[in-house]
Amino acid sequence: MNIRFCGFGGQGIILSGYILGNAAIGEKLQALQTQSYGSESRGGACKSDVIISEQAIHEIEIEQLDVLVAFSQPAYDKYIGDLRPQGILIIEDDLVVPDPDSPFTPYRIKATDIAYKQFGRKIMANSVLLGFVTAIVKPVSRAAMETAVAATAPQGTAEANLGAFAAGFQAGCESA
Amino acid sequence: MLGDEAAAHGALWAGCNFFGGYPITPASEIAEVLARLLPRMNGFYVQMEDEIASLGAVLGAVWSGARGMTATSGPGFSLMQEHIGYAIMTETPCVIVDVQRSGPSTGQATKAAQGDVMQARWGTHGDHEMIALAPSSVQECFDLTIDCFNLAERFRQPVILLMDGEIGHLRENLTFPDDTAAVARQERALAGPDEQPFGGAEVPPMIQFGYNRYVHVSGSTHKPDGMRDVSTQSVHDQLVRRLVSKIDSRREEITRVESRWLEDAEAVVVCYGASARPSLGAVLAAREQGLKVGYLRLITIWPFPRAEIKALNEQVATIYVPEMNLGQISREIERFVSCPVESISKIGGVSLTIQEILEPILKKLKP
Repeated sequence: MNIRFCGFGGQGIILSGYILGNAAIGEKLQALQTQSYGSESRGGACKSDVIISEQAIHEIEIEQLDVLVAFSQPAYDKYIGDLRPQGILIIEDDLVVPDPDSPFTPYRIKATDIAYKQFGRKIMANSVLLGFVTAIVKPVSRAAMETAVAATAPQGTAEANLGAFAAGFQAGCESA
Repeated sequence: MLGDEAAAHGALWAGCNFFGGYPITPASEIAEVLARLLPRMNGFYVQMEDEIASLGAVLGAVWSGARGMTATSGPGFSLMQEHIGYAIMTETPCVIVDVQRSGPSTGQATKAAQGDVMQARWGTHGDHEMIALAPSSVQECFDLTIDCFNLAERFRQPVILLMDGEIGHLRENLTFPDDTAAVARQERALAGPDEQPFGGAEVPPMIQFGYNRYVHVSGSTHKPDGMRDVSTQSVHDQLVRRLVSKIDSRREEITRVESRWLEDAEAVVVCYGASARPSLGAVLAAREQGLKVGYLRLITIWPFPRAEIKALNEQVATIYVPEMNLGQISREIERFVSCPVESISKIGGVSLTIQEILEPILKKLKP
């Protein structure tokens, strides 16, 4: 299975891929994560690809995506064409307006809004989104994801990030 | 772990205790790890004013007994060429990591490339041999960094770890050795009272600053005792021929390749670094379709594995060479074979895909 997280630099795109990759390794799977970002520290185009497999992973650049998680309109526009037929599309609902003619029905979540209103910090949007992705896509178990989220959270924020993850997970269960 | 981080840890396992550098994407993570860990291990991390000074600091540290390394990317690697030549001429063992990015010049600063292959070989002026290894996985970033340190000590020569931004910024599993005893370290040969530091043996033992002998270290042509002589033709001839021969005559000891399915191969994909990953995927896909395609990955880029390449000439109809440059190794291969060599090149900061490598192979073998 492969997943692409994409959006603006600063949204936690690369971190999201890193957390998912670590969760997969926690489940004794093979995982590979690549990243591409602009020279700007924030706001540039950014993507993070994760490939999860039981076998050794050869490819680096993904040709057909199983899952596309878009945090921004430019990222959606750029990568929607890479999603395979029947692939899963997940969007940050406040930041992406999907193409009405697109064959994909997106799963929508207002991750940034939930992170700000429920947890007081927009920066936790990626934890909300990871919970949402875990519930819908099930790339690894919820427990493995939570372990990886807690291990990666900056000191003193593990609990809040796990709360954000749980909120996203619940939203995902309701949409799935 | 990130490929860059794995290289930094490999350096520590190899006994590196000095890093002089200047941060640059996509190599900065190497400096970040070593800045954090070296001081805790009684080592030194020095951020210099630029890449010229960075390698200069490493060379000075090595002459006082350190095992030294620096890490950079294309623009910094260009600046280091002068001191790479100085390291060759003064026979200073050190490791230079070049995490290649898209160039020339600033290019696509955050994107990967394999465009420094020839710069690694001929970037510094004058006749010389070079040793450069190219990892194609995170595990190899770790393992080959250790090999680079050992080769540097074994041959008293700068050794280049020729990474690329794709592998440097790739995260995957890394397995550490069980303990430090599991890592074989080539110790530095030090000169006895009657041994010459720049002659006698083809790889002469070193003298270190601050010990019981004086030594003159010069980038100018010098005699076996280290003293300058820039006017005698034979002194220069003997020195530079020895510097070249100490590597050239031991190619078999240095060069390493990974080969698969060459026994029955009618075509072969020759690859290295990041491009080796989709290459293996493409060869596997071709073989699933019944095509007799072999796989040869260059782990050692320099000295060039010419014997392994020449051996293909007798056997295969076409050699395919996928690279993230416009055919630098492809042209090198052409020097040693008469069969057609087809370059599969891609630039612009995006890796080759399995399909992009498979397509030209299928076109020819399964028209």
